[in-house]
Amino acid sequence: MFAAARTQSAFISSAFISRRLLRLYSNFPLKVPITLPNGQSYEQPTGLFVNGEFRPSHQHKTFEVINPATEEEITHVYEAREEDVDTAVAAAKKAFDNGWSMSNPETRAAGLFKLADLLEHHSETLAAIESMDNGKSLLCSRGDVALVTKYIRSCGGWTDKLYGNVIDTGKDHFAYSVREPLGVCGQIIPWNFPLLMWSWKVGPALATGNTVVLKPAEATPLSALFASQLCQEAGIPAGVVNVIPGYGKIVGERLCKHPDVKKIAFTGSTATGRHIMKSASDTIKKITLELGGKSPNIVFGDADLDKAVRNIAFGIFFNSGETCCAGSRVYVQDTVYDEVLEKFQAYTEALGVGDPFKEGIFQGAQTSQNQLDKILSYVQTGTDEGARVVTGGQRHGSKGFFIKPTIFADVHENMKIVREEIFGPIVTVSKFSTVDEVVSMANNSVYGLAAGIHTKDVNKAIDVSNRIRAGTIWINTYNAFHQSVPFGGFGQSGIGSEMGAAALDNYTQTKSVRMSIDKPHY
Amino acid sequence: MLLYQELTLPSGQKYSQPLGLFINNEFVPSSNGSVLITENPGTGKVITSVQAADPVKDVDRAVKCARKAFKSWKSVSLIEKREMFFRLAQLVQDNIDLLSQVESLDSGKPVKTNAREDVEAVADTLKYLAGWIDKTGGDAFSPAKGKLCYTLHQPLGVVGCIIPFNFPLSMMSWKWTAIAAGNTTVFKSAHQTPLSILVFAELVARAGFPQGVFNVVSGQGDSVGTALVRHLGVDKIAFTGSTRVGQLIQRNASVNLKPVTLECGGKSPIIVFEDADIDEAVKWAAFGIFYNMGQICSGTSRCFVQRSRYEEFLIKLVAFTKESFPVGAPEDPDSVVGPQITRDQQIKVFSYIKGAISQGCRIILGGPELPNIIADDERHNGGFYVGPTILADAEPHYRVVQEEIFGPVLSVGQFDDYEDAMRISNDSQYGLGASVFTQSIAQAHQFADEVESGMVWINSSNELDYHMPFGGVKMSGHGRELGKYGLLNFTNVKAVYVNYCKL
Repeated sequence: MFAAARTQSAFISSAFISRRLLRLYSNFPLKVPITLPNGQSYEQPTGLFVNGEFRPSHQHKTFEVINPATEEEITHVYEAREEDVDTAVAAAKKAFDNGWSMSNPETRAAGLFKLADLLEHHSETLAAIESMDNGKSLLCSRGDVALVTKYIRSCGGWTDKLYGNVIDTGKDHFAYSVREPLGVCGQIIPWNFPLLMWSWKVGPALATGNTVVLKPAEATPLSALFASQLCQEAGIPAGVVNVIPGYGKIVGERLCKHPDVKKIAFTGSTATGRHIMKSASDTIKKITLELGGKSPNIVFGDADLDKAVRNIAFGIFFNSGETCCAGSRVYVQDTVYDEVLEKFQAYTEALGVGDPFKEGIFQGAQTSQNQLDKILSYVQTGTDEGARVVTGGQRHGSKGFFIKPTIFADVHENMKIVREEIFGPIVTVSKFSTVDEVVSMANNSVYGLAAGIHTKDVNKAIDVSNRIRAGTIWINTYNAFHQSVPFGGFGQSGIGSEMGAAALDNYTQTKSVRMSIDKPHY
Repeated sequence: MLLYQELTLPSGQKYSQPLGLFINNEFVPSSNGSVLITENPGTGKVITSVQAADPVKDVDRAVKCARKAFKSWKSVSLIEKREMFFRLAQLVQDNIDLLSQVESLDSGKPVKTNAREDVEAVADTLKYLAGWIDKTGGDAFSPAKGKLCYTLHQPLGVVGCIIPFNFPLSMMSWKWTAIAAGNTTVFKSAHQTPLSILVFAELVARAGFPQGVFNVVSGQGDSVGTALVRHLGVDKIAFTGSTRVGQLIQRNASVNLKPVTLECGGKSPIIVFEDADIDEAVKWAAFGIFYNMGQICSGTSRCFVQRSRYEEFLIKLVAFTKESFPVGAPEDPDSVVGPQITRDQQIKVFSYIKGAISQGCRIILGGPELPNIIADDERHNGGFYVGPTILADAEPHYRVVQEEIFGPVLSVGQFDDYEDAMRISNDSQYGLGASVFTQSIAQAHQFADEVESGMVWINSSNELDYHMPFGGVKMSGHGRELGKYGLLNFTNVKAVYVNYCKL
């Protein structure tokens, strides 16, 4: 019901094999009209965004983009390969060398402020594109887009607040430090928050005078391409932002090894993060990694239980569970375990699941068939391991990658579903009795992205938050992001922080200048 | 002219007490021959008299020496400065027995449970400041191609530091921030407590500080203090003391628009909500007002407890205070509550207690008379003692709730709900500290946000950390001491624009 501009691409066969063959040599249009599920029409760019224009890839190869809620094709986009990476990096390097790195802060601020205005102006379209491409509910997409505009605007404000220091090293010298941009930044973003992650990467890089070559996830390239044309409209010079859809093994790998790329910023799985670190080591690139998690969400007996239940549900089912910091391990104090489980089940069963565009829907579709299969196999594993399914555990409907929000109870710490990141709306609930016990359970993970604490006791909240090894602690709330608060992981959840002042450190290097001051001869 | 005198401390130990003005690393006599008599608050007897500065000649001499030293102090390397601070801290540590006994003798602070802690804090503060010496600096910023902007944080020049009687050495050490930031100083000690700073001054010279960096003049505030504040060669006044004197200082400092930092009086509230851990609240409530005989500017002197826990709180507070705050002579190692600083102060505190009774307060501990243990002690019953006094059923408009007593007197009243507690907390001309006891995260943070004060303690009272800025709002003063903010208070910032492109 919301097909792409198939009229112009009728030569693309529905048969998989022939489509693949055709992809190599297609002359797919660089923009296609698309009617969104909400009835609105817009023009979707499909080319690689390089040096301020959309262009086909060198090989003219395209790949299809699927609507996860219908399993139907939306459109094709051009697929970048190694030679396209080289072209994009060259454009970014030229833009860096020819002015952007030395641009006045107010120039960069003006560009980012204008970009934020344009994103805000197109916010409904962007939210709808995001829901169509990723499958998340419109409720979630709208929240994403709101944070995107706030964050880009916040980055605009940072451009003229990047101070170095004047360091007193005695009267016979003058010493100061300045913070300078790195160069071309390779940025690789995931499919769970396509536009939000685009903003977390592009915003601080541009604020600090870097240029970027960004690879959106192959499953969700549409919003990044749409937003990139707004960069052009905002007056950000050609070549400063380049967006090239493609596959990690080809585009991502080339970015990591390209000698002219000075930094890799990656958000995605821990396995890929590990690989990226290795690949980027040949050229000693600076890296920031925002990776997986298995975050604990702890409910103490003295918590406001109704509020806690809302927070643990939001912690795991928000964004269909495809959230790196999802509170996927819930720990409930034994005194209230049964009561919380009962309320949690009722709350979960009342959650709106289904068509992302429908009113009242909270949880949309998973992003891909792969992801759906992986989640369902974890459900099977959990059942085999002896965990009890309290609710969910099955697909929702027969079309679209929907799954019922699922609660596992009676789990043990050594079960796979408690140890491994599932990246879906699957939560395990365990019982604990003492603070020491739950702190040790919470820290029993290779990950350390986030944690939730639910209690009314201020002492307990601070004590437990001090003892948990995680980059973000939410107290009596969860998934409560703010553009000024840094977000990043401990342990195998990553390196470096995004957002806030901390993000700027990842995109600047310090230059120290120390000059000798001769004694005057007069 | 006597510049040193051998004194015998209550422990029997003898030492040589310097009596002169400390100018250019030397003890010198007053140019007009006047002296200042100092008493032992523990016995009411005279200890000795020190040289009192001539408000015109001696203050001018000290300021001129400091001015001369400022020029050379600027060229001393940061590493050398830091080493001097560390050496001085070590000397303080090495002489802790003597310094704490002198402090105790002159101010009445119990030697073991109070004065010694102050001297330890002096050493710690000097070490903390030493670490800052090579970490001050400015910001650098490149606003456009061909332009570099930077800021320099520079010392002000000569700073006049006026210190109070309640923490003679430790309040002095806070003002050493001025020296760490590159200024030179003239200190005026409180007229009640001139001794310990002179003993300390000997250590300053031994630590290798150049002449004129640290000068001390003894004398009365209205003569010597005023002369320092009005002196055109003084670039800043840092004052700790009463609000009344703070007003006077701000007025007098206007003579050459010198900046002032004022750390003045307070009437800090301590609010106990019904969900609080009452046993803990009781301990901190007692500490927050009975420590240092209640002579604490940030003392939490008015306590309000939510109605449902009021009687329980009172019973526990009396029991805990009786047990943990015994009255005794300063030299007694078991004593926690020593005498007030002066006879006048003792009389003033008694009169506040009597006033509270006539306004409707119920005395549940202490009272307006010498504590029994002192009254029966012939050696000490001439001292200025007041026992820890708790006045229950206080109403927010009572004088003991509105006015700073500066003694070991806690008034306790009740409140109904959060709004009531906040209204009572902010119903004061002062705004130094505020303490809140609650287990509720929301209530604690809301209180911290809404209360009008420079400092907030959540589930404690009068805790202190060098990293944290100390200071008040409203009539409690302005400016901050300690922490990074404290250093900024002793510097000017200069903006430098470098242009390296052609028009």
